[in-house]
Amino acid sequence: MNPWLSALLYILAAPVVGGLLAGCDRRLSARMQSRPGPPLVQPFYDVLKLGRKENVVARRSQNHYILFFLLLVVFTGGLFFAGADLLLVIFALTLAAIFFILGAYKASSPYSFIGAERELIQMMAYEPMVLLTAVGMYLVTRSFAVADIAGHPALLVTSLPGVFLGFLYALEIKFRKSPFDLSSSHHAHQELVRGITTEFSGPALAMIEVAHWYENVFLLGWVYLFFAAVPWLGLLAALLAFVAVILVDNVFARLKWQTALKGAWLVTLVFGFGNILALALFAPEKHQARPAPVAVAVADPSGEKPAEH
Amino acid sequence: MSALSKSPWVIHYDASSCNGCDIEVLACLTPGFDVERLGVVNTGNPKHADIFLVTGAVNEQCREVIRTIYDQMPEPKVVVAVGICAATGGIFRECYNVAGGIDSVIPVDVYVPGCAARPEAIIDGVVQALGVLEKKQKERAWVRN
Amino acid sequence: MRRPLGGRCIESKGQRLLNIILALILVPLAAGAGMLFFRNVIGRRILAIAALLAVAGLCGALAWAPAPNGAVTLPASPHAISLVLLLAGSAISVYLFIVGWRRRDPLLVLLVLAQAGLTTWFELGPGAHAVAAQPLYVDRLAVIMALINGLVGGGICLYALGYMREYHETAHRDVPDRRPLFFALLFGFLGAMFGLVFANHLGWLLFFWELTTLCSFLLIGYTQSEEARRNARLALVMNLSGGLAFAAAVAWLYRETGVIELQAMLAVTDRAFVLLPAALLCFAGITKSAQLPFSSWLLGAMVAPTPVSALLHSSTMVKAGVYLVLRMAPLIAGTGVGLMVALVGAVTFVVASFAAITRRDAKRVLAWSTVANLGLIVLCGGIGTAEAVWAGVLLIVFHAVAKGLLFLCVGVVEHKLHSRDIEAMAGLVQRMPRVAVLMQVGMAGMFLAPFGMLISKWAVLKAVVDASPVLSVFIVFGSAATLFFWVKWMGKLVEVVTPAEPVAREADLGEAVALYGLGLATFLACLLFPLISSRLIVPYVAGVFGPTGALMGQGNVIIMVVMMALVLLFPVAFLDRGRGVRTAGAYLGGANVAGSMQFRGLAGTVQDVAIENYYLRGVLSEDWLASRGVMTATVLLAVMFILARP
Repeated sequence: MNPWLSALLYILAAPVVGGLLAGCDRRLSARMQSRPGPPLVQPFYDVLKLGRKENVVARRSQNHYILFFLLLVVFTGGLFFAGADLLLVIFALTLAAIFFILGAYKASSPYSFIGAERELIQMMAYEPMVLLTAVGMYLVTRSFAVADIAGHPALLVTSLPGVFLGFLYALEIKFRKSPFDLSSSHHAHQELVRGITTEFSGPALAMIEVAHWYENVFLLGWVYLFFAAVPWLGLLAALLAFVAVILVDNVFARLKWQTALKGAWLVTLVFGFGNILALALFAPEKHQARPAPVAVAVADPSGEKPAEH
Repeated sequence: MSALSKSPWVIHYDASSCNGCDIEVLACLTPGFDVERLGVVNTGNPKHADIFLVTGAVNEQCREVIRTIYDQMPEPKVVVAVGICAATGGIFRECYNVAGGIDSVIPVDVYVPGCAARPEAIIDGVVQALGVLEKKQKERAWVRN
Repeated sequence: MRRPLGGRCIESKGQRLLNIILALILVPLAAGAGMLFFRNVIGRRILAIAALLAVAGLCGALAWAPAPNGAVTLPASPHAISLVLLLAGSAISVYLFIVGWRRRDPLLVLLVLAQAGLTTWFELGPGAHAVAAQPLYVDRLAVIMALINGLVGGGICLYALGYMREYHETAHRDVPDRRPLFFALLFGFLGAMFGLVFANHLGWLLFFWELTTLCSFLLIGYTQSEEARRNARLALVMNLSGGLAFAAAVAWLYRETGVIELQAMLAVTDRAFVLLPAALLCFAGITKSAQLPFSSWLLGAMVAPTPVSALLHSSTMVKAGVYLVLRMAPLIAGTGVGLMVALVGAVTFVVASFAAITRRDAKRVLAWSTVANLGLIVLCGGIGTAEAVWAGVLLIVFHAVAKGLLFLCVGVVEHKLHSRDIEAMAGLVQRMPRVAVLMQVGMAGMFLAPFGMLISKWAVLKAVVDASPVLSVFIVFGSAATLFFWVKWMGKLVEVVTPAEPVAREADLGEAVALYGLGLATFLACLLFPLISSRLIVPYVAGVFGPTGALMGQGNVIIMVVMMALVLLFPVAFLDRGRGVRTAGAYLGGANVAGSMQFRGLAGTVQDVAIENYYLRGVLSEDWLASRGVMTATVLLAVMFILARP
């Protein structure tokens, strides 16, 4: 599919899909707690309501960061669905998250500050695994481009089981769900008041919510990538992963950040790095470098070759 | 009904309550009554809240706090005074340390009587508050235009 | 001359190139000597600015010069110059011997004697008939290093003029004023660096290498306090051991292959002969760039005034170490030696990144960050593929610019706020808005997409995954750690708990020019990186490794540019001056007293809101990390030498 079309489709459809997913999340959680729960479209009501509320802030410029958080998350997802370089997608997401964190710092309030620091710790916890996922996918498909990975004929999860498990672990952190809802909580947990989102209200809060929807759709798209060779399996896997995330969320209590950090790194080393080590050691034929792509914008080397090897 | 009444977020504050009304408020959130099916979320953060659910009477310690929380809430907002103490000071009205009901500090929109107020009454009060919220939203939109 | 174009045409071009590089070496050296004779400040300023302008002009000429094809012939005989350098080197050794003798420092005396003895014996004995056809050599890597040295280094020297005045007149009145020596050393160092990057004759390279060691020693000990002297001695001892290894490499190389030049060394066909000298040279590079186990000297060097930290210990001198490792890359690629070097770099990267999280002293955090980034470059050199070297050179460029900027900002902040503590920089956007913005630009340049270091990190990851995927685990963990300490510092700059008045004057003219210049350079380096890559780095890599394919696809470049455009739009958002929002206090449980600064606490007391960053000291320990890192790196280096045995 034309990358521009995919990106556009993502930009238009992701809020709807993300919102419905958030609604499913709330309804499933409610059912697990033996109560009916809100309607499926409740998140849309929430966002629409927030959009029309007054914009109250702790410091005047804090909402600017949120706007760019949203823009960059949309940009990241657009890049991903357009098939661009996976590393750049990760780095763009990091940039977006940093805008979010800096906005919380800007708010200069104790709760938002704690939320921001813990969000940073969360990032430090999942970043290695996320990068190793990209590395793992590269090792199997010899390309960082999402388009190439999606088009790979073999089922990636068969060569990357450890990476997949580690990625699921990181996914729980990225979704900001128990036991890793260190920086804020979607449910009514109020230990940190609202953590990183404490000082944002009205339209800014709506933007944060929508940005999270975009992010969630992108993350589930990444789960799909592990099964991209068999599309219906990929969709199923993405949905199942989402349900699993919600299940874990409702079953476990929040971890201390020290435990969360060390646990995430342990999982990264054992599952992520272990898988990559196995690939490097036992599949050496995969490491023949692909023929280099056609040179682009390389200046004439000017015959500067003092030594021939 | 607009999105506003379908997504009422609540901040629940105990002024000087004996906790009787608070327990009833929390009971509303339990699976028995489940106000979340109405979209209610207990946020505990004024900046995220539409409805200020207050229990208990006003004394010196909480007077400024009530005002500050109310001030930090974005418009449109409503105040629901839950229980007789929040309404008028209740049985503690004549005490030396009690200044009276919540309306001695901030404007109250809905009074839910009872000691302790029952969950059904509280939910009814919240629903009525939603009506007031809608009205305030319309006024706000009219003022802005 | 190699190109069969008009003989005279080439010769005059070569002559012009020769003149440029000779001037680049000699002008700063002369200016440095001149500093010692100008006793008044105005005279020194004029001399400094004149020299800096000359250097800047020469750098421009160098950048615009036609493609350097390496060879330059000298007016004087190389032997004569070697003799002069030998004498100068001996003078330095004599001085250092006296220093060691006076301090009753057996290790120092031993190292000086060993290195001086080895060098003198070699130059007068076996190496006396060494033939050096091209003692000076200019290729694109040398041009890149020279441009960094001239432009970034020049900017820092300009900054130092105003900085040192404030240093002595206000901030540190107890320190004896030895500014003539200070500036002499600063400019002398600039000249030495130019000599280092243009030298092809290994003996000459060694001389300039040792000259930078001397400058570093004297500058670290500038304040003459007990701590400064101790750290200067540590730096000297570690760098001298590197110098000793360098001298041994030169002697061994000549004995085995009869080769005395760097480019000739790279051309030797039987690698087994050059592996040990290459390992020794890498060892020298590792000590110079403060990799584990030799990182403590760089951390200790932060006691020196900020221009020293910026110039020597982040932007330029330490780059000489990684420059040497990158030169060795084709020789060690794919060997056990290369793997060990790469591992040293990788371990250093991880250890230093995590150690930086635990510190509050701004300069120490910057020092650890420098060590970490140099570790990445050493990793690239150890891997030694074309991609890796390309990534390594990119890292050099971006790091020099961004780190220099950060050090200069911290220096200015230290003078105005009288503190190097990161916690003291809370709300800097209010107190020193311009410096705070420049600091954020510098920090963004260090780790954030789409700025330079991020591009380099992309390149490093790609190179590592192509060559040796297992090493990627180091990069991903270290990268996560760098994220943490940079963002929390950035957050500290923007958070305003206690509104304060802006500082009257953030920086004087020289400092401001340097700061804005480096800030602009950070942006430009990122925006123009495709140009830098295609005109300078890729031709160099192609020259060493053979023609390469596209190292970064055009699509990716466009994406980076779009990201940069998005980020550049960010300041535009501030134009609305916060209209459309209502400020209410931060949420303090409703107990706000004065806005968001205080709250009503227990028993009616009023308490201040205090926010301090996490330093993760319960989870990470700098000492534990450093000690484990030193042990691991020592083992790796030992293995490296074992593997290098012929």
